[in-house]
Amino acid sequence: MTTTATTSDAVTSAPTSTGSTATRVLGAASLVGIALLVVFGVFVSPPDKELGETIRILYMHVPTVSVAYLAFVVTAVGSAMYLWKRTEFWDLLAASSAEIGVVFFGLTILNGMLWGKITWGVFWRWEPRLTTTAVLFLTYIGYLAVRAVPASPRTRGTRSAVVGLLAVVNIPIVHKAVDWWRGLHQERTIFGTLKPEIQGTQAFAAYLGLMVFLLLFAWLLIHRFRVAFLAERAAESGLEGAIAERRQEAGQ
Amino acid sequence: MAERTRAAAGAPTGTVRAVLADARLVAGKDLRLELRSRVGLSQVLPFALLVVLLFAFALDPDRRVLGAATPGLYWMVVLFSSVLAVGRTFAVEAEDGVLDGLRLSGLSPAGIYLGKVGALLVELLVLDLVLALAVVVFYGTEISGPVLLAAVVATATVGIAGAGGAYGGLTARMRGRDTLLPLLLLPLLAPVLIGGTRGVEVALGRDAGPGWPWVGLLGIFALVYLTLGTLMFRPLLEDA
Repeated sequence: MTTTATTSDAVTSAPTSTGSTATRVLGAASLVGIALLVVFGVFVSPPDKELGETIRILYMHVPTVSVAYLAFVVTAVGSAMYLWKRTEFWDLLAASSAEIGVVFFGLTILNGMLWGKITWGVFWRWEPRLTTTAVLFLTYIGYLAVRAVPASPRTRGTRSAVVGLLAVVNIPIVHKAVDWWRGLHQERTIFGTLKPEIQGTQAFAAYLGLMVFLLLFAWLLIHRFRVAFLAERAAESGLEGAIAERRQEAGQ
Repeated sequence: MAERTRAAAGAPTGTVRAVLADARLVAGKDLRLELRSRVGLSQVLPFALLVVLLFAFALDPDRRVLGAATPGLYWMVVLFSSVLAVGRTFAVEAEDGVLDGLRLSGLSPAGIYLGKVGALLVELLVLDLVLALAVVVFYGTEISGPVLLAAVVATATVGIAGAGGAYGGLTARMRGRDTLLPLLLLPLLAPVLIGGTRGVEVALGRDAGPGWPWVGLLGIFALVYLTLGTLMFRPLLEDA
């Protein structure tokens, strides 16, 4: 565990920004990739035979939902590793990843609803995948709520690690339950035509979207992790800093 | 005593027996506490019956909506009442550092978890039964598959108690646990609500589809959360 000496070392040696050459390259690549995705997804690729223009939403929908699930897997791995190793790294990794996962799940629900409005004429139908996403979105909102409750780092880490693990195990069960629940009411889904048959610029846009959002996830995760790390250092040195400040005031 | 020493030495059969013995002790204590304080009987149960009544006001009983929605309403009442019951089960431990006392008592964390779940299960099954009677009487429900109904209700309730035991232990000492517990527990229990509702619909003859796969799904849910709860109660007890 961190001692006072290493804490002050960490504070003095802590970077003043969360950027580094590697993250700048990653960030630039993500932004260029997003620009390319817009060009290919919106302008270059042709509309789909079945889905028409709405296939363009797919180029964003599939990546956002994939990255969100990846983020929750990272959270689960971080949670399990935290309970085993008890190191700050795994706790902060799990928390940072969960936060990004919730944002991407939110985006997934939003672009799913936009697709629904165009295709079904309503924003929401109880389509299995959209429903599952909504349930899991709320599950991980609970994870973030647990993290927001003030506690010592070890207590907070343990609580959130347990929630992270209980939540990820529920993902396949929710999937199965919702699939069976809507078994008799299959709708035309947003994934309706995502088969290997999509070719040419359509396939390129689909894979490009996935790649770009993976880069974006890595970029956001590194920054979020560093912010969390610095926040911990600030919290540790907060009291010491405040006392030193008061002393300085008294000395003047 | 000898058994406890064997358990500490790590003998596998002794450990399992010791965990079950601990679970019996904790469950017995919780049920005695419940019998003497009568909080469940005088507060949780009347609340559940109140919600049964309020649903009838919300969905005009003469318009057949109430009858069609009965299975879902039944599980909604069970879920909301379960949140109260779980909160109550762990509130008695959180006060005056009782959880620390339990931790220092030498009882195994897995035993404490299983004991809390066992007591919760007994309380919830009583609640299920009274609610089922209330629904039959007030909503005029007829049961066509009593065996399936009992299986669905029992497996779903084991799942609720298992997940409730884990989250109850997690939030026991947290600030704002009364609002956090439902936020954490209810999304997790979504598959139980779906499986329970569909299973009961089949048991009431409202739906022709097979009912037993739902019992299977509910059973898997229960097994998964009982296992996870048993494994994770040690870190929860020591660090949460």
